[in-house]
Amino acid sequence: MSSRDIILARIRRALGAPAGAPTAYDTDIDRDYLHEHGDRTTSQTVELLAENLADYRANVHRCSDGELAATVARLLAEHGSRSVVVPGGLHEEWLAQTALATVADDAESTPAALDQVDSVVTACAVAIAETGTIVLDGSPDQGRRRITLIPDHHICVVRVPDQVVSSVPQALERLDPTRPLTWISGPSATSDIELDRVEGVHGPRTLEVILLSE
Amino acid sequence: MSGTFVGMPAFPKAAHEAVGNTTLRANLRHATHTIRDKRAKAVAELDDWALLREAGKQIKDHTLRHLDTYLVQLEEAVTAAGGVVHWAADADEANRIVTRLVKETGESEVVKVKSMATQEIGLNEALEAAGIAAYETDLAELIVQLGHDRPSHILVPAIHRNRGEIRDIFTKEMGAWGRPAPEGLTDTPAELAEAARLHLREKFLRAKVGISGANFMVAATGTLVVVESEGNGRMCLTLPETLISVVGIEKIVPTWRDLEVFLQTLPRSSTAERMNPYTSMWTGTSDSDGPQTFHLVLIDNGRTDTLADEVGRQALRCIRCSACLNVCPVYERAGGHAYGSVYPGPIGAILSPQLRGTASEIDASLPYASSLCGACYEVCPVAIDIPEVLVHLRERVVQGGEVTRRGAKVTLKPAKGHAGERAAMRAARWAFTHPAALATGQRLAARTRRFHPRMLPGPGRAWSATRDLPQVPAESFRDWWQRTHGSKESGK
Ligand code: SF4
Repeated sequence: MSSRDIILARIRRALGAPAGAPTAYDTDIDRDYLHEHGDRTTSQTVELLAENLADYRANVHRCSDGELAATVARLLAEHGSRSVVVPGGLHEEWLAQTALATVADDAESTPAALDQVDSVVTACAVAIAETGTIVLDGSPDQGRRRITLIPDHHICVVRVPDQVVSSVPQALERLDPTRPLTWISGPSATSDIELDRVEGVHGPRTLEVILLSE
Repeated sequence: MSGTFVGMPAFPKAAHEAVGNTTLRANLRHATHTIRDKRAKAVAELDDWALLREAGKQIKDHTLRHLDTYLVQLEEAVTAAGGVVHWAADADEANRIVTRLVKETGESEVVKVKSMATQEIGLNEALEAAGIAAYETDLAELIVQLGHDRPSHILVPAIHRNRGEIRDIFTKEMGAWGRPAPEGLTDTPAELAEAARLHLREKFLRAKVGISGANFMVAATGTLVVVESEGNGRMCLTLPETLISVVGIEKIVPTWRDLEVFLQTLPRSSTAERMNPYTSMWTGTSDSDGPQTFHLVLIDNGRTDTLADEVGRQALRCIRCSACLNVCPVYERAGGHAYGSVYPGPIGAILSPQLRGTASEIDASLPYASSLCGACYEVCPVAIDIPEVLVHLRERVVQGGEVTRRGAKVTLKPAKGHAGERAAMRAARWAFTHPAALATGQRLAARTRRFHPRMLPGPGRAWSATRDLPQVPAESFRDWWQRTHGSKESGK
């Protein structure tokens, strides 16, 4: 017998009579919990997102479409960046006002190469107000997981209000589990030394979120 | 099972030694109280907490009742997404599989994400014996590994170390493993974290093989989920060419939607945050994004035996949030090492003796490593009735009875010469002669009442019949203990 068969047989013995197909799944579980917490208008939800992002030490900025390129250029300059990696599907005009060397997200962007890059600019798939979370799903405007991991400075653009949801349940409904997903709530942090929170261990130490309104 | 802390004395003795260590106690007290208070605030933000907790319990119970079906479904989904699934009946088999998989890559070093499962099976030691260096990359695990030490807490494994000790460990040990600590390293947390960042980055960037556990596996989609804070998890899950995930069979949930419950309850119960900084989810392999080879090693290692125990199986609901450790007055005093396993605190007291059996002295004493105050049950986000299982396991130790070991029913003999009872008495005496250990448990007076009806009838008689059990409403267990045992045994 293979270990697979041994384990499955042990489970069946442990459970006694064959449990059969789990048809009762829908009726077995009371999902009386809330679909979102609180009763907010759309703009209040965006407000809550901004608050919770900031509470977890992300830097939050707001601008309109027309101001975006200037905002991105300013943030890159303020960070003192010399180079920036951009995913292939990012709107070109977002970087139109920066003169920085741009690195493409392709086979050349090995971990060692990315370690030399100062910043990364991406879009996102969805943002969750109640938890202050942005989620990346590897779409062309977000790129591979490694580009938002190795550079020390991440600028993420969230379209408000259409990319903002209130809650974790609402976010999961919008996401496709077959894609590689990265949920980001504030910059990398550790509390392992006497529970003092220190931002930035391995992931980007600075996270800037631009709330972009149409 | 390997992963037993070899040579570990039984809980009462180990706890007694730990209590004498004032640094340890001060560190632990600070840590558990800080997290506990923060957690209460994070939980209070969600006014449907009780409903989320109940749903989490129901999802896990449902999954356990159909575990065979869901595991087969998971296997199909992972395979369809490009992963390879392996099954390991015990620790040795899991270690053999992982060692073989690493060897097949031709590599002799791996980077690891913090994982209880790989600690449980003693994977690092097995890899080392095969000539493979396994680098822990979680900051706390790094501190533990460099310090030639054992983790003492599920969430903050190096909580027993303070900043001065950490600085000394880094200065002394980092050089032997790779990039040395910077000259003149001070003990500020920011500098220590920076030293770890530099030391580990060179490992991440060259790593070809990553090893992880998983917090959740979704049967329907084949998706694995890792929840973390530092980004070391993302590094290990993303950069290597080969990823090997070693996961207990109980970590499964049926559907994608089920994550909505646990992604709300886990971070708040664990780090007391609305959401942990990073969560990674992957389904098999993806073209040009992340590892191109993905192996999932499903481990039993005592879990099916635990499943066979109708009272004890609820321990398999555990999502390893560690909330129960932070409220436990005994853990706060005794520290994580006294439990003699990778699972410390209240959950360790019920999980380890089930996974490993109660043959050793430490495992037989673990069901007594508690005051039964019930605080662990109240904070548990999947409502595991830890006191109920503790009492049940005490009965097992003292009374004997039928249990399942390695899939076969065996009849345990009652612990010889009342060894179990002796263990009980020693543990209880320790707890009750350290009144401060129970200070938090003063709620006990009201709380224990709830548990007594479960303690008194049934096979617990072997232990209780020779004792004057308290009149339930009239007197707390503690008062009773002091009245009947206090004077003659208070000198410890
Ligand atoms: S038993 Fe409950 S409280 Fe303790 S670690 Fe597990 S899930 Fe958390």
